[in-house]
This record gives sequence, structure tokens and C-alpha cells, in this order.
Amino acid sequence: MSTDAYATGRETTEGRVYTVTGGDWQETFGSGDPIDEERLVVNMGPQHPSTHGVLRIVLEMEGETVTDARAVIGYLHTGIEKNCEYRTWTQAVTFLTRADYLGPMFNETGYCLGVEKLLGIEVPPRATTIRVIMMELNRIASHLVWLATGANELGATTPMTDGFMDRERILDIFEMVSGLRMNTGYVRPGGLAQDLPPGAVAAIRELLPYLAKRVDWYHGLLTGQPVFIKRLKGVGFLDLPGCLALGITGPVLRAAGLPWDLRKTQPYCGYENYEFEVPTEADGDCFARYLVRMHEMRESTRIVEQALDRLEPGPVMVEDKKVAWPAQLALGADGLGNSLDHVRRIMGQSMEALIHHFKLVTEGFRVPAGQVYSPIEGPRGELGYHIVSDGGTRPFRVHVREPSFVNLQAVGPLLEGGMIGDAIVAIASLDPVMGGTDR
Amino acid sequence: MSPDGTGEAKTPAEPTRPDEDAGHGHASTNASEQVGHPATDQSGGHRPDQPEHQTDGDPELPTGQIQTYAETAGTPVPGTVRHGMFGVDGSGDTSGYGGLVRREVVPGQTSPPYGGYFDDVMASFAAAYAGFGAALRRVVVDRGEITMHIAREQIAEVCRIARDDESLRFELCSCVSGVDYIDQAERLHVAYHLTSMTYRRRIRFEISTTIADPHVPSITAVYPTADWQEREIYDLFGVVFDGHPALTRILMPDDWEGHPQRKDYPLGGISVEYKGADIPPPDERRAYR
Repeated sequence: MSTDAYATGRETTEGRVYTVTGGDWQETFGSGDPIDEERLVVNMGPQHPSTHGVLRIVLEMEGETVTDARAVIGYLHTGIEKNCEYRTWTQAVTFLTRADYLGPMFNETGYCLGVEKLLGIEVPPRATTIRVIMMELNRIASHLVWLATGANELGATTPMTDGFMDRERILDIFEMVSGLRMNTGYVRPGGLAQDLPPGAVAAIRELLPYLAKRVDWYHGLLTGQPVFIKRLKGVGFLDLPGCLALGITGPVLRAAGLPWDLRKTQPYCGYENYEFEVPTEADGDCFARYLVRMHEMRESTRIVEQALDRLEPGPVMVEDKKVAWPAQLALGADGLGNSLDHVRRIMGQSMEALIHHFKLVTEGFRVPAGQVYSPIEGPRGELGYHIVSDGGTRPFRVHVREPSFVNLQAVGPLLEGGMIGDAIVAIASLDPVMGGTDR
Repeated sequence: MSPDGTGEAKTPAEPTRPDEDAGHGHASTNASEQVGHPATDQSGGHRPDQPEHQTDGDPELPTGQIQTYAETAGTPVPGTVRHGMFGVDGSGDTSGYGGLVRREVVPGQTSPPYGGYFDDVMASFAAAYAGFGAALRRVVVDRGEITMHIAREQIAEVCRIARDDESLRFELCSCVSGVDYIDQAERLHVAYHLTSMTYRRRIRFEISTTIADPHVPSITAVYPTADWQEREIYDLFGVVFDGHPALTRILMPDDWEGHPQRKDYPLGGISVEYKGADIPPPDERRAYR
């Protein structure tokens, strides 16, 4: 039998066994275990199931302890801000709603509030109330996705399937109202694209007790569970000074003990007229963030309930015909589309109305020059729009202060010093959405 | 019939008045909210220690021709100049509107009193920082927001005062954002939106610099949250923040050339054929400017 230089063989009772050797592997690595004693750099992502999109984390580890963590972003940069500069003020909503794809209503409302501030107009009360309803439903939907994905990363698949299922009930409402589940394009400068269709209020009223019951059910499923608590408690700690230094807002800040919620502290959309609590926790760890978000879902159902009670008939678009896009769109089987009544009017009855419609939709309206910063409380923190107008029909500059973008800076402080197994939990507790982060 | 009455409320009330009235209805609402109306001539706002303001636009323009959209407390400053009705060149214009020249008016300088908490903030700055008067180029109060234009060398120092002084306490740096005012000499602007959680106030600092010398001090030592936001502005506008711990690209790939959010950077895109017609990319389409 010939001898192989790289695989010496020996006879055993099971036959001849070859052991592959050779090369300089032995000299290179010696006999020790490289994981035991050497610095190890692990690249996590950008394609990784638990990074909530295309987030890349570069981890430096000693054994299983993370010594250095850096987040790398930009993989989902789509130039939304640049694109807005080439569309009319109304069309920009179509782009911005796609930034943070879990919070379309927030993106749209935050932007529209800014444009309305630039225009110096106030939207009708009904439009504002519907915006509040939609935003709070959206907050619950967003938190449900956070719960579903976060729990799934811990190996709990029941909250995952149920969370997405319950979120779908809210998206059904969005579809009923706007024609689209996500990226709704429902809020427009000056009001809304469309009034609530018949039956929407009843459907929301029916959904609210269900959602409240489900939140209790999730509490029962997870909150007292020893394994769940052990995975979250004391993990990903960030205290209040750390949050402020890093500009962290939203549930992460409130979980560190500061009741800073723009709905209370600098109210917009009439939030000062609603009764709700701002839940806080003192621990500043992943479990505290979990509790804060769970309480927020309950509070959001309360706000929606009150908003439904005070919903009064009226217009959902400003009366100023130079700004008001036609808000008489009809919801057809294939989504939001042309209203036959409106088409009949502009095509058959009034030539001026047709010209006006054409001018408004193709040319758009002019916004007086200046700049505003319009912040609202998104599901992830302060969602701000810095909008600059040069007096034209298109935004001169739209910058989104994305809470996901800013909060992801906390990846280092949250992960460093912890175990690799806790890294995923800590990232999930920030609830980053890469669509918003990279824009 | 749904209980909320959506049945009747489908369409907003249609006003019978002509559209022209409605078009200007919103423009004047700001003016009534503002306080302290200064002189309206364009040079009236100059102060000896603030020579920098109002470099953009054409100072020769008689005020009578300015179409004032937003009359604010600030001295208006001419902004972008627009030619023609449709902003389209090269097409045969038979409407007679091709010679139309419109000048936008941007809020210029506001003189004290500024109203609201702005006066307190300004007084606190002046008391806390001896060099504040020299650092401050001009103040604009517009739409209920205050913008302090700061000499760019001083921005980090001013931010430190804003954060540390007991009567200011701007703990949170909400947003740092870049704007490219392509018509201006110092075209690259950086806007800092600060929030005081203690007093529930918001202010904006703005600095400007040129393409040739895009260096500004980094504020990361004062507000670590500015780290990524400054990187984004470097990436997209090419503003170089001196003193930043690791100023690298963040949204674009590391080997990207150019700064995409600058106004002279093309949007890009390709034309699309639709039913035999060639639809140009968005930035080359006929547009109303």
C-alpha cells in the first residue's frame, strides 16, 4: 500500500483509518484552543436573522465576553431625503412613509406637521383626531413587531406567531382606511388623503378590547416567566446620563427613569387633551424596556378609545383649495383610487375645477421660505423633521432625525462587557428599524 | 350609517369664495403671532459686530418687487430667484409669462425682543459666555422657532455653555442636520437642534462654511450623540468636523466619491419607456420650480 504524505493510515478493527495531517497547521496554531486565549473578531450581519434588517455589528471578543462592539449601517440607504427634493411637497409623503416601515403613520404625520407649520395652516380637528387614532394604533403595531421578533430571538416562537397575527389585525384597519397595510400614504399636508370609510370606527372599537386582552395575555405568557426574566434582567444596561449623552429617546430613555414623552412634555396633535400615563421603569435594562413598551401598548389603546369618543363629523382636509389635495378619493376593491363623483365634477361640470385639479396635482403648492423642526414621539423615540423651504413647490431639504439612527449609537455601551449571547437581546431592546436608520 | 357620522362627512366643505383669496389666507397668519417688528428695509438690520448677515441674493432689488410670502418679525432677505412660470428652458413660451422673475423672501434678521422664552435664553447666553456677542452673527425668529447663527469656530464652545449653564440646560442634542444653500457663498450649513428637558425649550444653532474650507469644530466632546450625525453630514455634504473621533462615511460605501446631498450632485436615474414615450428620470423632467 502506498503511503500518503498528508494522510498517514493505520489499521483498526473497522478497517484502515486515515488521519489528515501536513501543511503548517500544527506550527501555526500550536496545540491550544484559539477561542480560549485569543482575541476573536466576529462579524455579525449584515445578513443575520436577529439584526432586524441589514445591520452589521463587528464584535471583538475575549472568550465569550464582548470587549468591543461597533455597529455598521448604511446597507439600506435609499436616498429618501434626496428624492424628496425632486418631488412636490405632497409627493414627499410617499417616500418618507417608507423610511421607518414599521411606523408609516408617524413618518407621515411628523412630516406633515412640519409642512403645515411652514405653511402656517391648521388642519381640521377631525383630521387631527384621526391622525392620533392612526398613530396610536401604529404604535401598538410597531411594539407588537418588536415583541414578536425580540421574543423569537430568545427562542420563544409563540409570541412571534401571535404577535404578528395581532399586528395583522391593526394592519387590516390600515388597509380598510387607506387601502394599504404598510407605507400607507394616508396623511397629507393639510389633512388626510381620505376620511374614515363607513364601518372603520366600528372595526376599531371592536379591535380595542381584543388588543387590550392580548396585551394582558402576553404579560401572562412572558412577564413572570423565569427564563424570560433571566435573559432580560440586568442585560444591556444603560443609565440616564448615558441615554442623554447618546441622545437616546423613547422607551429606552423612559426605561432608565425619565418620563420624557413628547406627547406630554411638548404636546402636538392635541395630545394634551387625552388622559394617559407615561410608563417609566428605573432599572435601565432590557427587562425595563420590555415593561415600558408593554405598558405603552395599553396606554395607546386608552388614547384610541378617547379619540374615537371625540371624533366629530367634519372635513379632513383644509378648506384652502390652493393646498387641499382632493380628499374625496374613494376606496375601491383595488385600493384607494379615483372618486367617481370628483371625476364627474371636474370632467363634466367645471372646467376651472379641472384646471385647478391639474395644477394642484402636477405643480403642487408653494411653501413660504424658511425652516422648521417638527418633532413627534415615535414608537422608538423622538422622530424629528428638519424641513427647509426655499419658497418653491418642492422641499429644499428634508432631514429625518430618526430615533433608530440615533439610538443605534448605544450598541457599543450596551454590548461591551456583556456576553455574546446577550448581544442579540440588547440590540433587540433598542428596537432598531433599518429602513429608518439608513433612509 | 356608522356611529361617527362618516356617512355625511365624506367630503370637506367646499368654499364658494374664489381660490385666489384662499391662496393667500395662510401666508399672513404668521405675522400676527410674531412680536417686535423691526425696520423692514434690508440694510436696517445690520449691527457693527455682525457684519456677516445677508450675503445671499441681490441687495439692489427694490423692495416693491419682492413677493412676500412669509412676513415675519425678521427683516426679509431675498432668497432664491425664479425665472419664468414653469421653470422650463428651451420650450417655446407663448404665454408671456417666460419673463416673470420672482424672488423668494427668507426670514432675515430679528431684533430683540424676540418673544416667548427666547429673550430669557439670549440673556442667559450673554451672561454665561463673555464671547457670545462676538460669536453670534444674527438671530432669526420665524414660525415660533429661534435660530442663532453662530460663527463656526465658536460652535463647540457655545454648545458647551448651552449644555452646562444652569439657566440654559440644553441636555439633549436632538438633531444635527446639514443643508446646502447652493446660492450662497458659505453654502454648507449645519443646523443643531438643542432641547432643554428641564425648561422644555428648543433652540437651533446654525453655522455655515464654504466648499473650499469645509472645516468646522466637532461637538462630539459636548454631545456624544452628534457622532453619527456629524458622520452623516460629512458623508452627504462633505463638511469636515475637526476633532471628531472617527470621521468616516456612514451611509454611503467607504469608497464612494462625492457628497450626494449637495445640490449640485445629480439625483441620477435612467429614463423609462412607457407606452412608446420616453419618460426622463425625475431630476430631468419638466418641473415647476
